[in-house]
Amino acid sequence: MNPEASVVDNVIDTVSAVFLVVGALMSLAAAVGLLRFPDLLSRMHAATKPQVLGLFLLLAAIGLQMRTWWVWPALLVAWIFQLLTVPVSAHMVGRAGYRTKHLHRELLSSDELDAVVQKAAQSARDDSSRDEADDGGRRD
Amino acid sequence: MMQTVLAVTAVILSLAAAGAIIRISRGPSLLDRVLASDVLLAILGAALCIDMAVNRHLNNLMLLVALSIVGFIGSVTVARFVADRREQANES
Amino acid sequence: MSRRRISLRQELPLLVWLVIVWGALWQDFSPGSLLFGALLAVLVARMFYLPPVEVSGRFNILHAVPFALRFLGRVAAASVEVMYLAAVRGPRVISSVVAVPLRSHQDLMVTATGHVISLIPGSLVVEVDRSTSTLYLHGLNVSSPEEVENLRREVRSIEAGLIRIMGSREELEAIRQEAAA
Repeated sequence: MNPEASVVDNVIDTVSAVFLVVGALMSLAAAVGLLRFPDLLSRMHAATKPQVLGLFLLLAAIGLQMRTWWVWPALLVAWIFQLLTVPVSAHMVGRAGYRTKHLHRELLSSDELDAVVQKAAQSARDDSSRDEADDGGRRD
Repeated sequence: MMQTVLAVTAVILSLAAAGAIIRISRGPSLLDRVLASDVLLAILGAALCIDMAVNRHLNNLMLLVALSIVGFIGSVTVARFVADRREQANES
Repeated sequence: MSRRRISLRQELPLLVWLVIVWGALWQDFSPGSLLFGALLAVLVARMFYLPPVEVSGRFNILHAVPFALRFLGRVAAASVEVMYLAAVRGPRVISSVVAVPLRSHQDLMVTATGHVISLIPGSLVVEVDRSTSTLYLHGLNVSSPEEVENLRREVRSIEAGLIRIMGSREELEAIRQEAAA
């Protein structure tokens, strides 16, 4: 093997090693956030988001290690699947958490949804028909 | 060099998994536990990725996609269930 | 039950995506494999009918690439920020719930904006009001009115970027006028 190729190899190896370690650190960040944040909604930030970057780095490291072009589409598909699913599940859990009052009011500096919810609940009580009370298909 | 990377990431991921498991056992509410088990699943996925990168194979790639979909369906189902049950409880 | 016919042009993004997934699953992008994948994609799209997504038919790749790069940069920066907050501030972090009215009333644009916003750490969609297309976001470490305003401006700029990529002509015109004013 000529020395130039091995230098390139070394660089690729180093870059992917850094990617792997940083990607693993993102998982650790998620766990630390899970343990240290005070309420469900802020825990959710820590739990779901660093994974996006973490998985990106890990998949990029795989792509670098394999050194063939045809793995990249497969890796991209795996990442896009995660991009599509993570916000949806985070939103569902967050919405359920907000509706079941799993948040601490004293940790919120402002809550612009609260007034809307109060108003909707008020009109739901006034209005006997359920359909009109729910503003515009929020409950699908 | 890959062996050191493997060792370092193994330690990091074990710590992360321990944190997630502590949150699963302590979590004050059901949603906290769901969230933490989601993170645990993501950590497993990360471990699969690292295995693939270090040993240079792609056998786990579809497992990874399946894992993320299982996590998605699981947490959405539980969230839906929690929301619905509380709403009915409020109405009755 | 009468189904609304979906034109091929509207269905095309879904079909292309399905073919790419097929190729990636087999890790084989030879013409034969792609052809069979296309056949299966049409079959799946016909058998498992989904309500059509209203696409504008525009897709500006020149805006899409910088947007994707900016998105990656933001995700990286914000991931580190959340990491720092988790390690240093921990239990004393203050958040707020912010209402952000969006310009677009198309489902696709609202969904895409919500997705991008949720993927950037530090903000999370709690509730969506579809009738007024308002997103209610939970912002981590947002405590002062200025920070609330910053978050709101950021969301609006992300929406503007998405409209430049694939919004309808009317929305694009509105963005241009806003930028000129």
